[in-house]
Amino acid sequence: MTPKSERKKYKVIGTRPIRHDGADKVTGRAVYGADLRLAGIVHGKILRSPHAHAKVKSIDTSAAEKHPGVLAVVTRADMPNLKNKIADLGEGSVNLAHLGANVLAHDKVLYKGHAVAALAAVNPHVAEEALKLIKVDYEVLPSVTWVMDAMQDDAPLLHNDVFTKSMGKRASKPSNVPTHIHFEKGNIEEGFQAADVIVEREFKTASVHQGYIEPHVSTALWNQDGHVTVWTSTQGAFTARAQTAELLQIPVSQVTVVPCEIGGGFGGKIAVYLEPVAALLSRKCGRPVKMVMTREDVFEGTGPTPGSFMRVKLGATKDGKLVAGEAWLAYDAGAFPGGVIGPGAMCVFSCYELPHAKVDGYDVLDNKPKTQAYRAPGATQAAFACETVIDELAEKLKIDPLEFRLKNAAKEGTRRVDGPVYPRVGLVETLEAAKNSPHWKSKLEGKHRGRGIASGYWFNIGLKSSVAANVNNDGTVSLIEGSTDIGGTRTSIAMQFAETLGITAEAVHPRVGDTDSVGYTDVTGGSRTTFATGLAAHEVALDIQRQMRERAAILWECEASQVQVEDGAYCHKDKKLTFAELAGQLGHTGGPVVGRATVSPEGASNGFGTHLVDVEVDPDTAKVTILRYTAIQDAGRAIHPSYVEGQMQGGAVQGIGWALNEEYVYSDQGRMENASYLDYRMPTALDVPAIETIIVEVPNPAHPYGVRGVGETPIVAPPAAIANAIYAATGVRMTELPMSPPRLWAAMSTGKKS
Amino acid sequence: MNDFEFQTATTVDEAVSLLAAKGDRARVLTGGTDLIVQLRENLREADLVVDVKKIPELIQYSLTEKGLRLGAGVPCYRIYGDEAIRKAYPGLVDSARIIGGWQIQSRASIGGNLCNSSPAADSIPTLIAYNVICHIAGPEGRRTVPVAEFCTAPGRNVLKRGELLTELEFPAAARHSGGAYLRFIPRNEMDIAVVGAGAWVQLDAKGETIERARLALAAVAPTPLFLADASAALAGKPATEATFKEAAAAASAIARPINDKRGTLEYRKHLAGVLIERSLVGAVRRARGEKWDPHV
Repeated sequence: MTPKSERKKYKVIGTRPIRHDGADKVTGRAVYGADLRLAGIVHGKILRSPHAHAKVKSIDTSAAEKHPGVLAVVTRADMPNLKNKIADLGEGSVNLAHLGANVLAHDKVLYKGHAVAALAAVNPHVAEEALKLIKVDYEVLPSVTWVMDAMQDDAPLLHNDVFTKSMGKRASKPSNVPTHIHFEKGNIEEGFQAADVIVEREFKTASVHQGYIEPHVSTALWNQDGHVTVWTSTQGAFTARAQTAELLQIPVSQVTVVPCEIGGGFGGKIAVYLEPVAALLSRKCGRPVKMVMTREDVFEGTGPTPGSFMRVKLGATKDGKLVAGEAWLAYDAGAFPGGVIGPGAMCVFSCYELPHAKVDGYDVLDNKPKTQAYRAPGATQAAFACETVIDELAEKLKIDPLEFRLKNAAKEGTRRVDGPVYPRVGLVETLEAAKNSPHWKSKLEGKHRGRGIASGYWFNIGLKSSVAANVNNDGTVSLIEGSTDIGGTRTSIAMQFAETLGITAEAVHPRVGDTDSVGYTDVTGGSRTTFATGLAAHEVALDIQRQMRERAAILWECEASQVQVEDGAYCHKDKKLTFAELAGQLGHTGGPVVGRATVSPEGASNGFGTHLVDVEVDPDTAKVTILRYTAIQDAGRAIHPSYVEGQMQGGAVQGIGWALNEEYVYSDQGRMENASYLDYRMPTALDVPAIETIIVEVPNPAHPYGVRGVGETPIVAPPAAIANAIYAATGVRMTELPMSPPRLWAAMSTGKKS
Repeated sequence: MNDFEFQTATTVDEAVSLLAAKGDRARVLTGGTDLIVQLRENLREADLVVDVKKIPELIQYSLTEKGLRLGAGVPCYRIYGDEAIRKAYPGLVDSARIIGGWQIQSRASIGGNLCNSSPAADSIPTLIAYNVICHIAGPEGRRTVPVAEFCTAPGRNVLKRGELLTELEFPAAARHSGGAYLRFIPRNEMDIAVVGAGAWVQLDAKGETIERARLALAAVAPTPLFLADASAALAGKPATEATFKEAAAAASAIARPINDKRGTLEYRKHLAGVLIERSLVGAVRRARGEKWDPHV
C-alpha cells in the first residue's frame, strides 16, 4: 500500500533481506538456553504444589539433602526477607514480597504448580527422583478459580494484606480485589437517553497461555567472587537482571544476564521464575545450575492471560452514530495483584468515537498462576465483548457492519475514555482497505457459512533503548543492541540503521548484547522494539555519519560542515568517497569510529487493525472451520514487510486459538486438567488456512520512518471476528470463549438466538 | 522417569518368560509411542521394558482368503501402505491413518493401541466392528479372546501376568461388506477422539438391505463399546437414512460418557449418534463399492 514515490524514497526500508540470524536458526546452530553447556554444570528441578490453595506448615528437606546425587536444596528460608520492599523494575513499581513469593512460596501456596522448593543434582533424572524426598506439610484451604466467584464476600481470601484501592482510596477490609479502576467521559445517562438502539451483553473468557514453543530455561553461576551470571530465555535481559538482583538483594552490578536466543515469549518471558532459584542453588553448591521447565511446569507455573467476565452496553442513534458506551470488566490476576485489567479497560472502546462512556475495571485474585502479559494484554478479551456488541448493534440498525465501524471509527482528535487524544492514526484506512479487499468483495456461498469482521487496537509503547555501533575498516558496521530478538528485530533495526547511513542491510552485523556490553534497554514487548530500538539505531547512524563527515574533512582539509552526504557517499567539491572507502581510511584520520545512542520515546504509537474471516460450522458437531482469513493492519511503515506479515499472521493464529479451543480446564479442586499440548488445543497447521495480509501504512508522526510497531494488534480482533462469523453462519451469538464444539453445540441446540 | 532394565526378546517364549518374571513391573515395548511418553511423564513405572518388535511372529501379517492375520507389532504405515488391505479392510485403514501423525504411524502398531486399552483408542471400535479375535501367548500356553471382551477398564485389559498379545485375526472380508471408522476431534490433527465410531455392514447382493452389521464406539464408556443390540437391530433393515438415524438414536442412548476436558456428557451422547450415522453411511457406501472418505 506504500505510494510509489515513497517506495522510491527508501533503498533498504520496505525490502526483504535475509535475516542476519537466519543461517544459525535454520541450521540449528543458534544457541538457546537449553543448548548451554558449561564445565561442571548441574541440574535443578522445582517441587511444585499439588494444591490450589494451602498453608505450608513445614518443609523437610533433610532426606533430599542426604541423597548422594543432590548438591543443594533451597526453600523460602534461603530467600532474603522481602517484606514491604518495593522496587522499580523499569515498568512501574513492583511489590518484591509478591514477586519473591511467586518464585518460591512463602507461608502459603496459592495455585497448583506454585514453586515450593528446588534442588540441584548431578543429572535431571536424579533431580526429579530426589524431589520426592522433600516432605511438605500442607494445610489445604478452599480455593477459587473463577473471577466472579473470587469477588464474592465469602470467597476464599488469598492474601490478608491486600485491600481494594479505588479512586485513590484504600478499603479497610482485605479482599481479593486489589484494584478498581474507573474511567468516564461525557455524561453516560444523557448518552444512553439519546440512543435509539441499545445492546447490552455479558461475556466470559477462559484463561489461555502464551504457548511459546520454548519452555522457560535458565542457568546461573554464582561465582566465588560473588558475581552472578545468568544465561536465560528472556524478553528483557535488563529486567531479568533487575528482578534477579532485587530478589536476591544484591546490587545489579553484581549480576550479568546473558540473553540466549528465545523461542517465543508473547509477554510471558518478562517475569523471572527460574533465574533467582538457579542462582540460590548455585550459591549453595558452587557449580553452574541449569533449570529447564517441562511443558506442564510452563502451563501450571507461568503466567497465562486472565479469565474474564465482562458486560458491555452500547447505544446508537437510528442513523448509526454511537452515542454512549458502558463497560464493566473483571479480569483475574491469578495469585498476586497486578493483572492486565488496566489496558483492558483502556482498550475496550479504543476503536470508536464515543461522546459518552464509562468503564469500570477490577483486578481480581484467584488460585491460578499469576497472570502475565500476553500479546496486547487485556485487549483481546475486551475487543471480544465490544466488537460483538458493535456487530449486533449494526444488525439491529440494519447497517453493514463495516460501514457502521467506518462511521464511528476513532481518528485523529478522538479522545479515548481514559484520556489520551489520538494523533494521526490509521483505523479508517484499515477499514477502507478491508472494504476494497478481494476477501470482502468475494461472495461467500454455501450453507452453514458466515463472514465476520472486527477491529482491534493496541497502544504500542516507547520506553528505553540503547544501541552502539563500531565501524569496521571494510565498510561494514557491527551493531550492538539491547533488545532480545523474538520476531526478526535484529534485522528490522539493522535496516533502519542501514537506511539512515546509506549502506546495505547486509553491511550491518547486528548482535544482541548482554547486560555488561550495551546500555540499558527495556523489554522486547509492547510492540516497541522496531519502533524504539530502531529509533536508537537511526540516531546511532546519524552519530556515525557526523563523525564520518569529520574524518572526510580531515582528509580533504575542509570544514566538516562542507562535507555533503549523497546517497551514502561523502562528497566535497569534486572529491567523493563511499562509506566503505572512507571506513578504510579511519586508521589515519584519528582511529576507530564508534557511535552510540539511547532513546526514551514517550507515548503510544497506536496500532489499529481490522480482520475478516469466513467460517463454516458443521450443523451436527458444531465444529468451526476457518475457510478464509484476512488480517489488515496499519504498520505505520513496514520496515521488513515479511516480518510484519509474519506478526499479523502469528497474531491471527493465536487469536483463532483463543476463539475456538484454547482454555485452562479446571477441576473442582482448582487443578488444571489439560496441562499439555495434547489437550490444551492450540491450532495446528491443519487448522488454519493461509492468513492473507494487507499492510496499511499511515506513518507514525513520532518516528523518522513512521514505524508504529505491529506485534500485538493482530491478536485483538480474531475472537470477535470469528464470533461474528459464527453468528452469520448459525444465528447464534456466542458470548463465551473458547467457542469450542461442546459449547457452540449447546448454544446451537438450545436455539439461543438473539 | 525411574531407571529400568531393557531387554530385547526374539521369540514369543523368551518375551513371555521375561514378562512373567517381573509381573506388573514389566512393560512391553512395540512402537513405544504410548509407553515412552507414559514412562517419561511418570504416568507408568517399569523395572523392565521388553522390546518385542524383533520377534518375527509379531511383525508379520498375511492376507488370505481366510482373512487377515495381523502381527501385534506391525506398524500402522505398513497397513495403509498395502493395497490389498486397503481394499479388504478400509475401516482398519481409517484407524491406522489417524493414530498420531506419520512419524508416530511409522512406529505405532494396532496391537499396541489395543493393549494400551484407552477408552478413546482409535483402532478398537474398528477391531470390534470387524469382529477380530485376539491371539494371546502366556506362561500357560496360548489362548484367544474376542476383541470386544479384551478391554476391562481404562488402561486395563484381560492380559494376565506374563501374557503377550501376538496376533489379531480378522475374518475374511465378505462380499458386499464394508467397514468405516470416524472420530471427532476439535482440531484436525494431534488430538484424542472425543468420540470414535466404527461400523461394519454386509448388504444383500442388490446393496439395498443390511444383512449383518456391527457397530462400536470409543470414548463414551470406560472401555470401547460393542453396540450389540443396535447392531442386531440393523439386520434385515433397508440401508436408508431412516435406518441409519435409528441406529444413531440407539447409539446415543447406550453411550454413557463422562464430562471431562475433551467434552461434555451431553455433547458426547449427541456425537455418538452423529458419528455412528456417518460411519454407517461410510460402511454402506463401501459395501456398495462406492468411494467414501472419512471426514468429520
